[in-house]
Amino acid sequence: MGASATETATARLARLLTMVPWLVNRQGIDLQQAADDLGVSVEQLEADLNLLFLCGYGQMPDELIEADWEEGRVFVGNADTIARPLRLGVDEAVTLMVGLRALREVPGLGERDAVERALAKLEDAAGAAAAPASRVRAEMADESSAELLARARRAIADRRRVHLRYLVPARDEATERDVDPMRVVGLDGRWYLEGWCHRAEDTRMFRMDRVEELTVLDVDGTPPADARERDLSEGTFRPGPDDLVVTLRLLPGATWVADYYPVESAEHVPASEGGGLVVRVRTADTAWLRRLMWRLGGRGSVLDPAEVVAEVRAGARAALTAYPADVVGGG
Amino acid sequence: MSTEGRAGPSAAQVKTERLLNLVLVLLYTRRPLAKAQIRSLVPQYGHSASTEAFERMFERDKDELRELGIPLVTEDIDPLHEDEPGYRIHQREYALPDISFEPDELAVLGLASRTWAQASLAGPAAQALRKLRAAGVERDVDALIGIEPRLRTTEPAFDAVKDGVLRRLPLRFAYRRAEASESEERHVQPWSLLSWHGHWYLNAYDVDRDAPRVFRLSRIVGGVRPAGDPGSFEVPEDHEPRLMVQGSAPPTGRPSPAVVRVRKRAGHSLRRHARTVGEVDSTWDLVDLDYTDLDGFAEELAGYGADVVVEQPDELVHGVVDRLRGAVAAHAGER
Repeated sequence: MGASATETATARLARLLTMVPWLVNRQGIDLQQAADDLGVSVEQLEADLNLLFLCGYGQMPDELIEADWEEGRVFVGNADTIARPLRLGVDEAVTLMVGLRALREVPGLGERDAVERALAKLEDAAGAAAAPASRVRAEMADESSAELLARARRAIADRRRVHLRYLVPARDEATERDVDPMRVVGLDGRWYLEGWCHRAEDTRMFRMDRVEELTVLDVDGTPPADARERDLSEGTFRPGPDDLVVTLRLLPGATWVADYYPVESAEHVPASEGGGLVVRVRTADTAWLRRLMWRLGGRGSVLDPAEVVAEVRAGARAALTAYPADVVGGG
Repeated sequence: MSTEGRAGPSAAQVKTERLLNLVLVLLYTRRPLAKAQIRSLVPQYGHSASTEAFERMFERDKDELRELGIPLVTEDIDPLHEDEPGYRIHQREYALPDISFEPDELAVLGLASRTWAQASLAGPAAQALRKLRAAGVERDVDALIGIEPRLRTTEPAFDAVKDGVLRRLPLRFAYRRAEASESEERHVQPWSLLSWHGHWYLNAYDVDRDAPRVFRLSRIVGGVRPAGDPGSFEVPEDHEPRLMVQGSAPPTGRPSPAVVRVRKRAGHSLRRHARTVGEVDSTWDLVDLDYTDLDGFAEELAGYGADVVVEQPDELVHGVVDRLRGAVAAHAGER
């Protein structure tokens, strides 16, 4: 984000050219507040201000930029030449245009009108950067119901507890729970409701496309003070320290598994030995793995540990007993 | 000065000062400036050892400023002295147009910017928002509390492919197709980049295959290299990123009816899509539903193990039985 030890001279220049107009329009802003809003440390901001007042369109005192922050309040003056920000670069235009266009498609987002207006103004402001930016797109809609998403957001705004009927397909369970909602998160192409789950007594992320019913209760829904939102940079999957490590053999035709489930390691198997992958996954629960192996029908198998191998085999045999012998055949 | 007592400024610090002074001088001037004037106005150039050293440094600085998007132009200083070029930056080309955003527009722009908070473009996203908000006073709009759309760019190839798309730069990379164990060298004209169902895809024209192709970024192996000049091809006007990615997925068939026996308190996703659910006895329910893709549906049903038994049609029974037998055989273990 902001400055770092490895920031290049040009990156710092770009940052300063954005920082000056921002500060010029906020004369007297608190130093700490300015640093927070600009995404840098107070030390970095002070170093930046120190640098600014060495610079000017000439080197006479009245030609140099003025920067003062002695009372903990920041004033920047004599900076008319750079009092307006530099035009948006292509990357900058991309981020906002892709973000706005994605928001347009978000189910249940009530601000579509504001999105359209902002997008039109942004396209004007971006000028020549707008055309290339339109070649990057992001889709954020999934099969979640717009009505349920909107209801979840209202519950968050009103601090109401919600009652969920929630499907866990990996274990084929339909669960009922009361949740104090914290936020609605769109991540990796799916929408989630994150909140304090009174059944699990912990924060949980619920996939919105698996929420069958969501009722807003007339009960205060403020989460406990120690409820923490998850760090989204690592995705939604959170392995635990006690999780079982399972090794899987994936033949060609089943290697998509490595793209859809979080695998710890993946090794390619040469074509002479059948091709495909050997992957390791870390999991607290083997129910979903058994189901996955039945689905793959032999194109994937558990190599280790032996008890999981036995569970997969026993479950598949039990399922086959329901079919007549002439259908199942020998073997 | 507050730098007192510390070691002298670093080389990067001196360079930032020099570039900032150069920008200020060239924006301030009303006439194009000759190199000699620039050298006298920017003190950091005054320290250079020779005119040649200064000129080399100035050439590099000009390129770097243009790289940042600063519109530094060359103009004749005086028609009578044609061989002396002058330099300046026009304020109207430099500055972001004066556009004011309503509070609700700034709020959705903030949300759009935070979409990238966990991605490689987090820096440009924050910078862009700061530029747009430079003149405005932020106010939070309550309606946007509690919603956090996020895009991630975990694919190592993302930045290089993104630059290729934006600059229309032909690219080369090694690519491993879904079921292939070896990667192949591909040579493409990148048309567009799309995040779809949580994955980034490149739509491109495959030069060697002489046809458009869709590439999944996570299957690009190793580095992405330029294979031509920026702007050296055109993207077809009717190119639609999402339609091209969707078109690469297999088409869906017509719905066919199926009847399955489902154990009570199981098969929740099936019940959700059921046409009818009837009770067989205290253990089983009978569920009527439609499917479009025989193999996909047989896979899904096999995943329920002993909780679901297919009654009809026969090809679905065989599809499920084949999968379960395959799973038994693959897990026979060493005996």
